[in-house]
Parts: sequence; structure tokens; C-alpha cells
Amino acid sequence: MKKKTTPFGIFTIVLLSILTILFVFPFYWIMTGAFKAQPATIVIPPQWWPAAPTMENFEKLLIQNPAGRWLFNSIFIALATMLLVCLTSSLAGYVLAKKRFYGQKILFSIFIAAMALPKQVVLVPLVRIVNFMGIHDTLSAVILPLVGWPFGVFLMKQFSENIPGELLESAKIDGCGEIRTFASIAFPIVKPGFAALAIFTFINTWNDYFMQLVMLSSRNNLTVSLGVATMQAEMATNYGLIMAGAALAAVPIVAVFLIFQKSFTQGITMGAVKG
Amino acid sequence: MKKVNKIRMRETIVSYCFLAPVLVFFIMFVLAPMIMGLVTSFFNYTMTDFTFVGIDNYVRMFTDEIFLRSLKNTLIIVIGSVPVVVIFSLFVASQTYEKNVFTRSFFRCVFFLPVVTGSVAVTVVWKWIYDPLSGILNYILKAGNMIDRNISWLGDEKYALWAIIVILLTTSVGQPIILYIAALGNVDTSLMEAARVDGANEFQVFWKIKWPGLLPTTLYIVVITTINSFQCFALIQLLTSGGPNYATSTIMYYLYEKAFKLSEYGYANTMGVFLAVLIGLISFAQFKILGDDVEY
Repeated sequence: MKKKTTPFGIFTIVLLSILTILFVFPFYWIMTGAFKAQPATIVIPPQWWPAAPTMENFEKLLIQNPAGRWLFNSIFIALATMLLVCLTSSLAGYVLAKKRFYGQKILFSIFIAAMALPKQVVLVPLVRIVNFMGIHDTLSAVILPLVGWPFGVFLMKQFSENIPGELLESAKIDGCGEIRTFASIAFPIVKPGFAALAIFTFINTWNDYFMQLVMLSSRNNLTVSLGVATMQAEMATNYGLIMAGAALAAVPIVAVFLIFQKSFTQGITMGAVKG
Repeated sequence: MKKVNKIRMRETIVSYCFLAPVLVFFIMFVLAPMIMGLVTSFFNYTMTDFTFVGIDNYVRMFTDEIFLRSLKNTLIIVIGSVPVVVIFSLFVASQTYEKNVFTRSFFRCVFFLPVVTGSVAVTVVWKWIYDPLSGILNYILKAGNMIDRNISWLGDEKYALWAIIVILLTTSVGQPIILYIAALGNVDTSLMEAARVDGANEFQVFWKIKWPGLLPTTLYIVVITTINSFQCFALIQLLTSGGPNYATSTIMYYLYEKAFKLSEYGYANTMGVFLAVLIGLISFAQFKILGDDVEY
């Protein structure tokens, strides 16, 4: 390919560089802010790099607030949701793609329609149901409703379309039962989809602030995000401490994203409706 | 014929066994709340009261000035963000998809970073950036002589909504960029080569060959960005609580306030139903308008 530097090419490079700085800066500001003592966060001109790095924000975070507990809650919620979503969706996606049964079309249409529905609109009844079940302000109140959202079913159906029908037929002829067919033939083929869905669900659940906000209230049951939000409401201007909290919420999930980037990207691309 | 039905019946039973776990969750936590929300939107439903009032809540909604203001803000957010997201992500994707794997994944990470960082962490750091006294934005703009006094970005009705839209944009382009990079990778390169040989310029190649191939992806991006913009909540709750003077309140935030601060459940559900119908109609219209030229 021939390369020439056109004015448009230079313009593009400059623009992309500016945008990169804009997009990375907030994260940079969290990470450096977390190590600034309070006076250092409000000086003008601002310190581009902490002049006297300190750990006091993290000490306050872990001692005055149950931040360790919050971290555990976040991890637990994300892991449990991920497992339940993956298990239920891969079973459902498999039969929606590979079986012909009564009610299939209408069921799938309902799933698709529900996918577009923001969960906030069913908020009040959802809280009522959770109260009725007696699980309000427990981690289950966040986990269980998220499992009902049918995005995973859709994604796993897309992946399951790749399972060759002949393979399933021959398994049947060999006398392989339904569950074994799924576990030993279908599942290995949809494994990449399973991984993509897992990582996608983990990241989304970790960052699902809204559900956490309406379901959790006692200080020990908060997640990291919710804890940071609460701290901000209480002491809005202690930016160093808030940034330490934000770092605690962001670093684990950014790390997960960087490690599993490939699967995650695949999940996003496969989840797009292609008609 | 009878045999076929028997096989199909057996398949049906097996299928529903596989579907049972999803269906339990779906019915309990999606379908049931949907129906309950629809039904209770016709009730005056508070902590102490539960009486049928017909369409009173809907009538009240369209005469409620704060609701109308929130609706207007919501539409401004949607109209302000959707075209920018599409153009922006198409630009970034088309400038990066032909680069090597490292460059591509670098830019993917850069533009995905605000999404992954999470709405709360992103919001609290922007609150600091926007701070009228110690925020870095005022400092930079003053140093660059672009403003001569500190601006209260979130406290001034003139700027607050736009300040929020800017943050929303940084958290909205990550997924569209990934989708466009994937879609651009699928465009038939031999077709582009042939066009170039025939003397088509880059603009023509883009417009005549790439763009038609990108339409389904664009449609999908428009729909999901619209839905996401409608749902914009964390930013508003954490930055402005809908203020100043409801200048940044959205339907979603107003619904939350009514339901959780003021316990007007029936009225909140009415807004929820309205929002769901609105999103449904807009998605449908987008499919109709944009979908005409789309070949599946």
C-alpha cells in the first residue's frame, strides 16, 4: 500500500491524538488524584502529578469505610450474575437455534422486544417483587433480576447457529441423550460465545449502578460504585478520598477488560442484530 | 402426519425443559413487573392509597410542567448525542481499522476506557474536572484566555445539560467504534480495489461501496445509542440531581425521584410506560426510515 501524507492525514493524526488525551485523561486524573492529600486536590494551578504522593486516602477508605466489604460485594454480584446468565442463556440459546418446537417464534419475539426495554421502566414493580420475596437489601436482590434480562439468550442463540445439524443428528442416532448431546457436542462448539457472554456480563454487572442503587441500602451491603456514590453525597469536596474510591471501583474492572479484551469484543460484535 | 406431530411434541417438551431456567427468571423479573407496571399506571398508588383512577395519571403527566421539561431535556440529550456518536465512531473506526493489530487494539482500549471505568467513577472525576473553583477545566480555559471568570458548569442552567452530554458522549462511543471496525473489516476489498482501478476517488469509494455495507451496523448503533441516551441516569443523579431548577432533569431521573423520594408509585409507573412506548416507537421508526435501504 502506498503511503502519502496528505493534509487530511495530518489533520486525522492530530485529531486522534487530541481525542486520545481527552478519553484517557479522566482515568489518569482518578489514578493521580487518589494519591493526593486533600489540600493538593484544590490548589490552583493543579498538580499534574502528585507533588507529595500519599496513601492516606486509601487508609481512610479502608478504615473509615467498609471498602473491603464493598469490593467483595461487587465481585460476588458480578461473578454470581455471570455464572447464572451463562448457564441459563446457553441452554436457552441452544434450543432456540437448533430445535423446532411450538411457541418458538413468539417466544423469541418476546425476548427481542424485552431486550430493548430499559429495566428502569419496570423499576417500581421490580422493587415490589423483591420486597415480596424478602430479599430486599441483599446481594440476591441485585443478582436475580439481572439474570432475567434476555440479552444473553440472544447472544447464545447467535453462537449456537454454528452448531452443525448433522453432528446433532448423528449423536441422536448413536443413542446420545439430550443433556449429553448438549454437554459434549453443542457446548464445546459454543464455548467462545460462552466466554464472550461471561466477560460481557461481568463488566456490565460490575458497572450496573442503577440496580445496585435501588436494591441495596445498608452500609455493609453496598458495592464499590454505590459506596463511592454515597461517599460523594456525604463529603463532596474531599476529592482525593473520592478518587481513591473511584480507583478501587475502576482498576479491577479495567484490568479484567484488558485481559479479556478479545472475548469481550467478540461478544459485542456477535450481539449486534444482523437481521 | 401423526408421527411428525409426536416428534415435534417431544422436541417441544425437551426444549421447554432447557428453557425453563431462563423463563423462570424472565417471567418473575421482567414480564411480571412489566404487566404490574402497566396495570398500576392506571391507579393512584402511594404508600397509603391504591385506587383506580383510569387515565388520570396520563392526563396529569402531560400537564405536569416538570415532566414536560424533563421530556424536553431527554429529547435534547438524544438528538444531541446520537448523530455525534455515529459520525465520531465512524470517523475513528475508518481511520483505525486498516492499521495493524496493535494500533487497532490500542484505540479500541482508549475509546472503551470510559465505558469500562464505570458510570460512577467517570461521573465523580468529571464532577471534579467541572468544579468551579478547583476544577481543571476552568483552569485550562482561563490559562488559554478562552474565559475570563470561573464558570459553574453544572450549576448554571445555560451549561449544565451540555456539560452532561459531553460526559455521556465519552461513555457512548466505545461500543459503536468496535462495531464499525468489525463491519468495515467485512466490506469486500476486491470491490474497492476494482473501483479504485476504475478511477474512483476515496470519497466515492466510501460513499458508494463502504457506506451501503455499513447501513445495518449504523441502524443498530442508532437504535442502541437512542435507547442508552434515554436511560441516562447515573450522570444526572450524581452530578446535578436534576438541577438547577430541573434544567437537567430527564424522564428517567424524574421517574426515580417520584418513585423513591416521593413514593408516588402509580405516577412513576405511568412515566415508565410512557418511556417504554416512546422508545419502542422511536426504534420502530428508525427501522422503517433507515431500514428501507438495508439489505439483510
